[in-house]
Amino acid sequence: MNRSSKDILLPRRGFLNGLLAGGALLAAPGIVGRAQAQAGDAIRLGAPFHRTGIGASYGRWYERTATAALKIINEQGGINGLPVQMIVEDDGTDPKRGVEVMEKFAAEHKVDAVFGHLFSHVVAATAPRAGELKMPYFLCSETHALAAGKFNRYCFQPSITDVKSQINSMGGWITSNLGKKVTLIYPDYAFGYDHRDNMTAAVEAQGGKIVASIAIPPSETSFTRYLPRIPFDTEVIYHVMVGPAVLTFVKELGEHLGTKRPEIFGFIDSLEGVQMDIPQLSFLEGTYFWEAMPRYAQPDQTEFDKFYRNAVGVDATGASATDPKDISTYSHMFSAWETLFAIKKAMEISGYKGPAQKIDMLEAMEGITGFEASNEFPQGDKVFNGKTHQAFAHQNVSKFGGGKLEVVHTTTIEESFYPDETDYTQMSF
Amino acid sequence: MTIPNKKLFALCLVVLALLFMAQFVLSNYLVLALTRILILAIFAMGYNMLMGYTGLLSLGHAMFFAAGLYAAGLANYYGGVSLPIAFVIGILGGGVLAFVIGLLALRTQTVSFMIVTLMFAQVAYLLTLYFSNVTGGDQGLTLPTASRSFSLFGLAVDLTSPMVRFNIALTLFAVVLIGLFAVTQGPLGRLFVAVRENINRTEMLGFDTYRIRLLAFTISGAISGLAGALYGLMFGFIGSSFAEFRSSIEVLLFTLVGGPGTLLGPLVGTGVMTMLIDRLSGMTSAYLIVVGVLLIVINLWFPKGILGTIRDRWVPWLK
Repeated sequence: MNRSSKDILLPRRGFLNGLLAGGALLAAPGIVGRAQAQAGDAIRLGAPFHRTGIGASYGRWYERTATAALKIINEQGGINGLPVQMIVEDDGTDPKRGVEVMEKFAAEHKVDAVFGHLFSHVVAATAPRAGELKMPYFLCSETHALAAGKFNRYCFQPSITDVKSQINSMGGWITSNLGKKVTLIYPDYAFGYDHRDNMTAAVEAQGGKIVASIAIPPSETSFTRYLPRIPFDTEVIYHVMVGPAVLTFVKELGEHLGTKRPEIFGFIDSLEGVQMDIPQLSFLEGTYFWEAMPRYAQPDQTEFDKFYRNAVGVDATGASATDPKDISTYSHMFSAWETLFAIKKAMEISGYKGPAQKIDMLEAMEGITGFEASNEFPQGDKVFNGKTHQAFAHQNVSKFGGGKLEVVHTTTIEESFYPDETDYTQMSF
Repeated sequence: MTIPNKKLFALCLVVLALLFMAQFVLSNYLVLALTRILILAIFAMGYNMLMGYTGLLSLGHAMFFAAGLYAAGLANYYGGVSLPIAFVIGILGGGVLAFVIGLLALRTQTVSFMIVTLMFAQVAYLLTLYFSNVTGGDQGLTLPTASRSFSLFGLAVDLTSPMVRFNIALTLFAVVLIGLFAVTQGPLGRLFVAVRENINRTEMLGFDTYRIRLLAFTISGAISGLAGALYGLMFGFIGSSFAEFRSSIEVLLFTLVGGPGTLLGPLVGTGVMTMLIDRLSGMTSAYLIVVGVLLIVINLWFPKGILGTIRDRWVPWLK
């Protein structure tokens, strides 16, 4: 090392001292940090958001949404007279880290409940640990694993419907309005298989037929070699491609099909957080999307949607009110908002003041049968199934035109039902 | 029988005793965190066996961790195999895969070896996605609730108890630590180091270096498989994210920070890295940048890792 660089760099002794001091400072909260966790003075909710990793665009908006909801709850007097605090930890959209932060919430922050996980692989890893730690765990995820009975009695999904009911409720509309010969294009991993299996069942139940099922590996960056596999007699293309290659997929699909294209139906998951009025997406003009909650304010916009948009800071196009380039994950993030109000309702029913009433609160949640459309539940009214711990709600079909999405059909809640696959109330706490 | 490097052996016993005492002193959360650190430290010790002692830098060790994870987890999930037997299957899964991969990968050296191990690991990762109807793919499989406890020699073991989890992790960590002490500080360990320092000279002395490296590779894979099996069964979840490239890099970093070629380095590296991420992530969402800067600084001041530098400067028996 030359003299000048030695002068610039930290002296070794200084670095060692700094390292020791920093290490002690970092470790201290874990050893002595009990002061912040006094039961009875507030209700603490752990929020493991995807601040980094592949879910970061969702996590950012989940955090904003939950913060806005929490502000309202506290302005209204909190829950049972107690203020509500939210402690956010980043799970990196990583299953391993998801488990770690669950342990941190339970053992260090000593929260009353945890909510806000979205990505299903993180949820699948975290749910068993939540059960072992006896931590109420509220998902905002769409995973079907909960309603399929894979988790435990501590897990609930009280706002967003699971992927199975979303797809089920779309099948009838697609075959009645777009066509009965469907080609599926989906990513070649579990998320795609969920869509393939459920959509195949839903289409066939309506007398339709899957004429091709095209799985595309997740590492693919060009799609031209897959597109010739779309049969000529295809009436509807159903696509659920996600990730950074979506724009390339749309562009290449447009080049392949040209003007004489079949009808196209997709899930908005492909374009959540993506600006719609850009040239790369012009090929999707006239195609349809599933949305849980319409990103663009509709002519018949409810007062609840107005209230919610205003509180979170989202404009009528689904972008941040302060930055039109910052597009929200509008079709999913309402679940963070509504889940907080669902927790509030369960806590109020059970008179929850602290962990001593945890079981009462969970049983109160299981006893809830649904939620009315309101400022608290701006996506719309819901049926909650206490046995499967899963909510069911209206779903929307939106048509893309003029650079925005317009709702053309809203399903009934009943269309999203399917037979119960489990009964968590038979499981012990 | 004489014990080589008695000072290091004594230090290992002291460390194990301190770790045992930690459960009575530390907060509940730190005990949980230490449980995870011990499991990941086993993985890092397996990696260190290959990288630190034998000088083979693999970029694909996530596949052995995942092999153990899947072998144990799938045996339990589909076969209903009891947890202790599933655990043994996990170790075998890691070891057998390492032996087979080693047969091919060890025909290459240095950069080629890194690329080949990375390539095999990517194949393994993509296979977990491709056969997702069995493995659960990226969404993974949650092991049944019934698998949260088991009976061993008439003793009921409840995996949901933090103390039970900690002591299982500590026991297995101790077994691997003492086992690796016996391997690395004895004649076999000297052979591994000889391969690392000068493979041609070792060969000239009459040793079959291919076999030596294959043995190191297999032991390393089996220990990584052990860690994976333990993690999967302990946390009740198996998923393809554990086979991702990131896992291979994490274990490399744990080893580099702690000190490659030192027996206790992986424990130090895993502990430092895990707690750094744990603490910093609560303070800033840019914690990975901070961790990155710290890694650069540590690399600058401790090019051989924390314990590696201490060994070179002050404590030569710390190897």
